Amino acid sequence: MTVATIADREVHVDGEGFMTEYEEWSEDLATYLATNIGLDLTDAHWRAIRFLREDFKAVGETPTLRRVTAVGGIPTKELFQLFPKKPAKKMAYVAGLPKPVGCV
Amino acid sequence: MKRLLVLGSGTAGTTVVNKLRPRLPRADWEIVVVDGATSHHYQPGYLFIPFGKYEPADIVNPIQKYLPKGVEFRRAEVSRVDPDRSVVVLEGGEELGYDYLVIATGATPRPDQTPGMLGEEWRKSVFDFYTLDGATALAGRLKNWEGGRLVVHITEMPIKCPVAPLEFVFLADSFFEEKGMRDRVELVYVTPLEGAFTKPVAAGRLGGMLDDRQITMEPDFYIESVDNESKSIVSYDEREIPFDLLVTVPVNMGADFIARSGMGNELNFVPVDKGTFVSPTWPNVFAIGDAADLPTSKAGSVAHFAVEVFTENFIQLANDEEMTHRFDGHANCFVESGDGKAMLIDFNYEVQPLPGKYPYPVVGPMSLLEETSINHLGKMGFKWLYWNALLPGRKLPVSALMSMAGKDTSEDLKDTSKDMEVRV
Repeated sequence: MTVATIADREVHVDGEGFMTEYEEWSEDLATYLATNIGLDLTDAHWRAIRFLREDFKAVGETPTLRRVTAVGGIPTKELFQLFPKKPAKKMAYVAGLPKPVGCV
Repeated sequence: MKRLLVLGSGTAGTTVVNKLRPRLPRADWEIVVVDGATSHHYQPGYLFIPFGKYEPADIVNPIQKYLPKGVEFRRAEVSRVDPDRSVVVLEGGEELGYDYLVIATGATPRPDQTPGMLGEEWRKSVFDFYTLDGATALAGRLKNWEGGRLVVHITEMPIKCPVAPLEFVFLADSFFEEKGMRDRVELVYVTPLEGAFTKPVAAGRLGGMLDDRQITMEPDFYIESVDNESKSIVSYDEREIPFDLLVTVPVNMGADFIARSGMGNELNFVPVDKGTFVSPTWPNVFAIGDAADLPTSKAGSVAHFAVEVFTENFIQLANDEEMTHRFDGHANCFVESGDGKAMLIDFNYEVQPLPGKYPYPVVGPMSLLEETSINHLGKMGFKWLYWNALLPGRKLPVSALMSMAGKDTSEDLKDTSKDMEVRV
């Protein structure tokens, strides 16, 4: 685990840059993280990010793509448009959550 | 009299009753197993059927042959569980009460969940090999196949035995080579993951093995539908991969009664504590094997190691003691690589597959993350061990928890030292 400075703030991240401390995240940090991976956040992005934040708080793990669709109500197709190529990872990255563990 | 009710008689369910029956006094404990099927399949054997190396009869036996005396077998489908009343309702309405419930109903491939998968081309040019029917049908197709573009595809993780699709392409490469038609076959490996496997060091090695065999990999592919007319698979981000023959691994889900009972996640897997397998909601409910939602592979080896931990804990529970054993997510998988060789991977929740020797340092005799003939013999010999030692609950010469002895950690350290590079 490493400490990184993002938008003048010190945050804990893993080897791939995913934030590891739930409480260190904030909405302005998300905007900065999004820019890092070439995204401009719209309301539609925010809807997904807020779902991820709430779901993580309730369940304790980063939701899978299937869960964001099934429980969060956002169609998978839309998630691929909003977060191209790797939506599960990109959403988690911007929402300041650990990398999804779905793959074992 | 207390009743332990076990749903499912696959690897986990059968092993658990074989281990527990001799240790729970019959005067105090009744053990009942419920399953809708009558035959037990050695599932790792499915892989070899398409290539004519096993026949269906090699891998099927009656369920009851492997259940010990003193365990009641009920052939029935489960309608639902009412965990608040500690009752299982069978199809037809009969109710079975329990003091403790073990859900061991596994994971099932569900081609019905992907639009078009069960279309016109199903079992004509679209096959699965994770079922006996599918593997047998595919054997028939491969026998006379004239060649073309063979696409091997994983729909979504998690799947049972996550290395099996890789083994399938390796064996296919070797099969077509032996038939003298490898130059007429294009092999494509399509995965929703970003590499050949889920963990970095093994993904690197396995990815290299794909390259060596001229197998093309298409990563990050999340299927939306199968187009039966154009014979292609289409992703959510509108990539299309055409095929002459598609061998797909459909999405894997837990049993439907788990959803009807409100006990599962989106894929009907049961959330449980990853060390003890106890449900966080109902303290007398456990889920073991593939049915459990755990951050480790869905595999027979995991079920086997998990059952060893579960058994010790359950005996403590039966004696009104605290459960002190904790599972570490140990998985151990042979990866058949063709030409009479295999590699072996050994890992757990925390430690990824690393190179080295297994089960003993230096002398092995198995080699981790390396293709050897001895590993292949281990894989082939495992079928006998499965029926004669593992299922009957006998002790195998490997420990339930993972050991670091014999593992080379240098690549692991190298991997985690990459800091701050955004690789999303």
